[in-house]
Amino acid sequence: MTKARKLELVCPAGTPAALRSAVEAGAHAIYCGFNDETNARNFPGLNFSRDEMAEGIAFAHRHDAKVLVAINTFPRAGAFGLWSKAVDDAHRFGADAVILADLGLLDYAAGRPGLRLHLSVQAAAANADAISVYAKSFGVRRVVLPRVLTVQEIAAINRDIDVETEVFVFGGLCVMAEGRCALSSYATGKSPNMNGACSPASHVEYRAEGAALVSRLGGFAIHRVGAKDPAPYPTLCKGSFRVGDYQGHVFEDPVSLDAAALIPQLAEAGVTALKIEGRQRSRAYTTAVVKEFRAAVDAHAAGRPIAASALRELTEGQRTTAGAYRKAWR
Amino acid sequence: MFEARSIPQFPAVGALALRFAPLWPLSLAGQRLTDRLGKRHPALFSRLGDQADKVFLIDPTDLPCVFVMRPRPERPQFSAHRRDEEVGWDARIAGPLAALIGLVHGAYDGDALFFSRDLAIEGDTAAVVALRNAIDNEELDLVREATALLGPLAALATPPAQKLASLIGAVSGAPLTRVATGRFE
Repeated sequence: MTKARKLELVCPAGTPAALRSAVEAGAHAIYCGFNDETNARNFPGLNFSRDEMAEGIAFAHRHDAKVLVAINTFPRAGAFGLWSKAVDDAHRFGADAVILADLGLLDYAAGRPGLRLHLSVQAAAANADAISVYAKSFGVRRVVLPRVLTVQEIAAINRDIDVETEVFVFGGLCVMAEGRCALSSYATGKSPNMNGACSPASHVEYRAEGAALVSRLGGFAIHRVGAKDPAPYPTLCKGSFRVGDYQGHVFEDPVSLDAAALIPQLAEAGVTALKIEGRQRSRAYTTAVVKEFRAAVDAHAAGRPIAASALRELTEGQRTTAGAYRKAWR
Repeated sequence: MFEARSIPQFPAVGALALRFAPLWPLSLAGQRLTDRLGKRHPALFSRLGDQADKVFLIDPTDLPCVFVMRPRPERPQFSAHRRDEEVGWDARIAGPLAALIGLVHGAYDGDALFFSRDLAIEGDTAAVVALRNAIDNEELDLVREATALLGPLAALATPPAQKLASLIGAVSGAPLTRVATGRFE
């Protein structure tokens, strides 16, 4: 096997400790967000204060890693200043890029000299024409592709665009095209795309009822499992419901993405960067997943075979899938 | 590789002894450690935000007692209680003692332990998530924190205490010291 182009590994960090863990484990780039609703992982106790972000960027740069700041929710009417300040602060701290989704915010950030713009998966740009509009209008340099495309579709997109593409290779999956899901807001009154949390923890409840464990969102029971089953996931899309004679996962099975085995095909399809999901997870998760994928990326670059993944225990449903990259139903 | 299911249980003989032992020494030691954490790691409590007002029931399922923690920045509180004692709480976190210590030391991922049913949570989920994130960010080593209570003697006591903890951890499989790669430390 011949040597191949090295892919960039983009890793999550929900806390400064997770950022340091990701850098130590071999991340080429780390994505993270401020501790407010400007990013799509606005969870209690998570994310970075302004001082922590400045220190985190400096730490990463000292160790030759990049920091990409996610400001990827959609500004609320009348509150644009919160989002524009996040862009300005990320720029001031020396972020290597900001990850944006909103058109108005992209326009604002495009006016900041030297600030590299990445298009968030929240923008759901899933074809070459849409991506080209973002590139020409705002100078977007990289696009994070939605998790709805096959490897062949990604290759087709890369043939027709002049910007980099980044794809998810590990972590939770969304059944919806990202940025277009309002499912949990019907149960919680909170928008995943504006308030920054799908199924916010304040609306999630787990309760043991006899031998069963029941998960509720906004007071609605969405899944019930037996004593030996994996704990249920707290989102409506992965709930279990009765529809007519059918009972089960109506929208999506609770499985996680693991595309480690597809790294050679994704590279062949012209992808620049591989992204790991999980800013809401611990530094133990970050360390384990980043180490595994860094080894896989290095193996691919050196022309060696990629070892089988050993990360199933870390996934949400304790089961993994190659997701839309391999659409077996087609 | 991450092994969520290889969590050791507290020795049954130790749990039996604890059933008949007074709990006030545990409460006293826990309170002193909590006070010390508040001084050495103020971000642990500030990161909790509004959730610092909540009452957490820490339930090591392989011990005959539970712990109640109120992580208020101005006066954090800790106490040990018998299982049959009535204690009020907002959020309960339950699992083998080694799992709870492993979460603090960064050896285990909380979500993975939860999905595998090695860890259970009840009550205020937002409070649990905030506490998990705040603790994870502090990169605590409980042995180091405990020996810090010795004041000027801490520098002498910490290395042998950590060696002993590592040894017991290696034999028992419990993550008794903080996990660190050490590359940049």
